[in-house]
Amino acid sequence: MRAFQILIDGFAISALYALGATGFTLIFGVSGVLNLSHGAIMVAAAVAAWAAASILNVGTYAGALIGVGVALLTSFATYFAVVKPIQDSRRIPNEEKEIFVLTGTLLWGIMVQEVIAYFFTNNAKTVLPIVEGVVEILGVRTPRNEIFTAIVCCFVIALLWLLVNRTRTGKAVLAASMNPRGVTLLGLELTNIYVVVWAIYGILAGIAGVLLGMFLGVSSYSVGPLTASAFSIVVLGGLGSVSGSLIAAFVVGYLETLTAYLVSPAYRTIPALLLLVFVMYIRPQGLLGRR
Amino acid sequence: MASFFTTRLFFISLALVVIAATLPLYVSGYVLGLLTVAFYFGVFAMAWDLLFGFAGEVNFGPTFLIGVGAYTAGILNAQFGWSVYACIVLGALASVIAGLVLALPALRVRGPYFGLTTLVAVLMLQNFIVVFADLTGGEIGLTIPDVITINAGANYWIALGFMTISAAILYGLSQSPIGLVLQASGQDPVQAGALGFNIVKHKLAAFIVSAFFSGLSGALLVFYFGTASVGTVVDVAVGVNVIVSAVLGGRRTVLGAALGAIFLIVAGEFLRPTGEFATFIVSAVALLVVLFFPGGFLGAALSREARS
Repeated sequence: MRAFQILIDGFAISALYALGATGFTLIFGVSGVLNLSHGAIMVAAAVAAWAAASILNVGTYAGALIGVGVALLTSFATYFAVVKPIQDSRRIPNEEKEIFVLTGTLLWGIMVQEVIAYFFTNNAKTVLPIVEGVVEILGVRTPRNEIFTAIVCCFVIALLWLLVNRTRTGKAVLAASMNPRGVTLLGLELTNIYVVVWAIYGILAGIAGVLLGMFLGVSSYSVGPLTASAFSIVVLGGLGSVSGSLIAAFVVGYLETLTAYLVSPAYRTIPALLLLVFVMYIRPQGLLGRR
Repeated sequence: MASFFTTRLFFISLALVVIAATLPLYVSGYVLGLLTVAFYFGVFAMAWDLLFGFAGEVNFGPTFLIGVGAYTAGILNAQFGWSVYACIVLGALASVIAGLVLALPALRVRGPYFGLTTLVAVLMLQNFIVVFADLTGGEIGLTIPDVITINAGANYWIALGFMTISAAILYGLSQSPIGLVLQASGQDPVQAGALGFNIVKHKLAAFIVSAFFSGLSGALLVFYFGTASVGTVVDVAVGVNVIVSAVLGGRRTVLGAALGAIFLIVAGEFLRPTGEFATFIVSAVALLVVLFFPGGFLGAALSREARS
């Protein structure tokens, strides 16, 4: 009974983590950017969906769409206002661009977080779920919304796989992650590929954010923990490896659920952090890292 | 090294310290209190800059070192009643041990991987403090019974003196051969090792020195505040402020980091009337500096001097 509950709850959480981390790792794989405003973008999506549905009364579907749209815009803003100027800057030495991107996106994330807090307060917000009610699976009362979350996550990840592996644009993205110089030699504009990747990232982060808002609720305080969890999942899986991130998301999701159910919710994040430190010691490149 | 005492930077620094030392004679206790905190923060930022700017280690967890020093000192004083000075010394030593713990992964992993390890260290410390609430005061914080002094002027001078001495030592170290080796090993560890320098030894030394000053400053800050809490010395947001200070002031300058910290704290106070928007404005200014003056305040000033 309890085992099934852990199995089901753990799956929904893990699928959500996986969706959130996939975009993050995709950006790193293609352009070497670690986007520390990730949590802020997710929260912006959730809060926008909440505001559209609860204040403007546009309905849950339109609200969710608006949330994803806001995430897409924020993602483009992150790229064009923060990341691209740093990448193009001549005054920043190449070996230091990484830390500048980290600092820049971190500051940008704080700015987004403060704007959200200013206009929508720090209170936790729960987005109205698209599907309501509960069903009984294997003797466990499960909210339909939780099943919906898991299905959407798996579906979107499958769609992403098709996009990357089966379309021309996707193949260009994949090629750019393998060898950026080779791609430019083939006559493809690298900036265009980056824009595509940031668009994919924005949509993924937006969907993850809106679903998180429906499932657990968000507040502007969730920004830091969300970024940290995406970061640790991605590093655990191996930076830039999408399949590694998926595995890591499920490991972390189940570990957290197990701890919360069997030990205490207060210790929820500790085993995952210990595992992360352990993996860093024995396998610094992560589970499926290339380097 | 000797030529430094004739540079313009030295005279400007000296003049600033002398002016700062006379402040308690004519400004209010409120301003002194603000600057006292800013000076301790300056030491945090300088210690961070030694690790990042010179050793090239992206340390996202400066508050791990600060927090260990601060909480060790606080717990020894509040729970065991040890004297203030013993607590401060032991806090700094505990921080050095924490620095060695942090240095272990740094010798194995680099770049973002090391950055994440340090971030995890902070989160673990934070969890530890909350879980062992009986010892640490948990989320509410720890009330410290003793203080160094309650005189605002004296506290200010202690902080100023401490910052000046730390700055002299850290700057001296950064300009010494050790600093050069560190810089080389940060930029290209393989080549630096091939030139015959013991990189491991130098990196460990950098971590120990950085941890010592972070912990000492954290312990002093705890006895100034009279409390130790997650929000003031451990939280990731505090660490972000330390990093932003160092980048704002100019990385790889050590002294710039202190300027950045003082600017950040004083600006935060000036913007208090804008309410919740203060953090936004400070972050926006910091982002603009990062984008348009990547060298920071001191970096921009020094490069102009070098050009003219």
